[in-house]
Amino acid sequence: MSALPFHRRAGVRLSLRYLIAALLVIIFCFPVYWLFIISFKTPDEIFAYPPVWYPASIQFANYAVLFKDGDAATVGNSLVLASISTFFAMIFGTVAAYSLVRFKTGGENLAVWIISQRMMPPVAIVFPIFLLYIWIGWVDSYFGLIILYTAFSLPYVIWMMRGYIEDIPLELEESALVDGCSRWETLWKVVLPMARSGLFATAVFTFIFAWNDFLFALVLTRTEVTTYTVQVTHYFGGQSNFWAKIAAMSVLGTIPVFFTVAVMQRFLVRGISMGAVKG
Amino acid sequence: MSDLKITDLHKHYGNFHAVKGVSLDVQAGEFTVLVGPSGCGKSTLLRCIAGLEETSSGRIEIGGKDVTHARPRDRDIAMVFQNYALYPYLNVKDNIAFGLRARKFAETEIEKRVKRASDMLGIGHLLTRFPRELSGGQRQRVAIGRAIVRDAILYLFDEPLSNLDAQLRDDMRVEIKRLHQELGRTMIYVTHDQIEAMTLADRIVLLRDGVVEQQGSPLDLFERPQTRFVAGFLGSPKMNFLKGTLTRTGVSLADGRELVLPGRESLRSGQAVLLGVRPQHIALAGKTVAKGHERIPVTIELVQPTGSRVQVTLPLGGTSVIAELGAHEVSRPGEKTFIDLDMTRAIVIDAVTEKVL
Repeated sequence: MSALPFHRRAGVRLSLRYLIAALLVIIFCFPVYWLFIISFKTPDEIFAYPPVWYPASIQFANYAVLFKDGDAATVGNSLVLASISTFFAMIFGTVAAYSLVRFKTGGENLAVWIISQRMMPPVAIVFPIFLLYIWIGWVDSYFGLIILYTAFSLPYVIWMMRGYIEDIPLELEESALVDGCSRWETLWKVVLPMARSGLFATAVFTFIFAWNDFLFALVLTRTEVTTYTVQVTHYFGGQSNFWAKIAAMSVLGTIPVFFTVAVMQRFLVRGISMGAVKG
Repeated sequence: MSDLKITDLHKHYGNFHAVKGVSLDVQAGEFTVLVGPSGCGKSTLLRCIAGLEETSSGRIEIGGKDVTHARPRDRDIAMVFQNYALYPYLNVKDNIAFGLRARKFAETEIEKRVKRASDMLGIGHLLTRFPRELSGGQRQRVAIGRAIVRDAILYLFDEPLSNLDAQLRDDMRVEIKRLHQELGRTMIYVTHDQIEAMTLADRIVLLRDGVVEQQGSPLDLFERPQTRFVAGFLGSPKMNFLKGTLTRTGVSLADGRELVLPGRESLRSGQAVLLGVRPQHIALAGKTVAKGHERIPVTIELVQPTGSRVQVTLPLGGTSVIAELGAHEVSRPGEKTFIDLDMTRAIVIDAVTEKVL
């Protein structure tokens, strides 16, 4: 057997683990790096062979074009649609979940029925919705997409918030009711703070669902409220692909999600309800 | 004046009849304890008083006002919950001030009241801490502080000590008794612990299967129980029940022994009864047999020392009874001795109706 002392062997093993971990990180992060780096390259560098691993100088021309042509505004559209629909879905979804939990609204089955709506494949209903939207004139409008995203996020929000609210000890609410709060005040002062981490986690996912939507945005928008996901596809041409624009647009589309998750991360930590009741 | 008046209150949960026509009249300043075994409806009754449960029928008045269908916050009550129900995201001060803020008190007034309540409970130094940083006893003090900071007509306690360990429970019991004496407020307290009930109450309401079995002062219930259930529920160790038949002068036990019952000549002979004797009313035989006592030879079966006293199990009337004797009076099982039964304190219970005769 090897004559290496125990602590040396442990050191080797640890180094090996780090090496494997580092390799994996490189493999998985490379596409992201490549996307970012393309967005800063000149056209010559993009098509250079052998590939240019990093550009000679960082240049923002690819981004400048997006802003000059107005393409970057589609990120703004996505931001508006995702934020507002998340806001409304969270409000209505949380209140609905509270009602399901505390007043047993709809008995045992309503909650399951609601989540079943989420399982419906969007592509199955996009055509009827398209016809409906043409009829009422909501195609290519903020309002139409906000309503649609809100409706589509609601089952998820209700389902998630229902679980978080069920975890809140009933006594906390009863205590507030006795202490002088109305139901709405109890919801605001007790339930929401208690479910805070769940609220943020749900909001983040709801936001990302709407942010990443492609299908509805593709079918239901034309020119006015095009989202960035649809915009990116415009750069895939029959003759050639605009790699610089694709990369720059994708980076722009990634940044808001990246920041949302980074900011919310500290709220995603569990354990907030410790000390509420005995234990 | 009565602060709480309940008239013929019923509560159904589907087919389950939890509270069956309870009527109650609690005077101002009174400390009333609702006590009974689990499932007797005591907590349900308290929750009906608080407005946390809708009553099925009956009427509840608090401070002379009909509140049967009023919301909890319109009933002028404060409540302490079994699980403390502290808000984990608020510090102790904000927890105590929560009810005052909900009722839109001025901040200066809130400051004053929180200080008074926290000083009274000895938690003044904990005001900036969060519930997770407190021990069980401290949390319960904060929960009590949150109730007494308000000027409610009625203070409700739902088994507030049952999550604490034995030592802490004794301390908090003293604390609650002291608070009641200092504040002089009307308090309704739910517990399944008969010691808590006996030590705290001005009046005990003993519930069984949703019905008030008996109510009165602790001593009244202890010394003059009206049913076998009451006699058996209060007192530790439990009252002994001996099967027997009434004779012209007393009771004939299952093993044929006859005991004379002083002053019970009016009882009907031949009736099947239970003789109730408290462990404290059985003593080791003295030099002479006192009037109204029965001297009986026994063999000790089991000895359980509790420190200051010793609980002794011995055979009597065809069953085993427990006697509470002095710590050093009996040393080991198998010992043969004589005991004196205080028949003047014994009760006779109808074996069929289980009512005290």
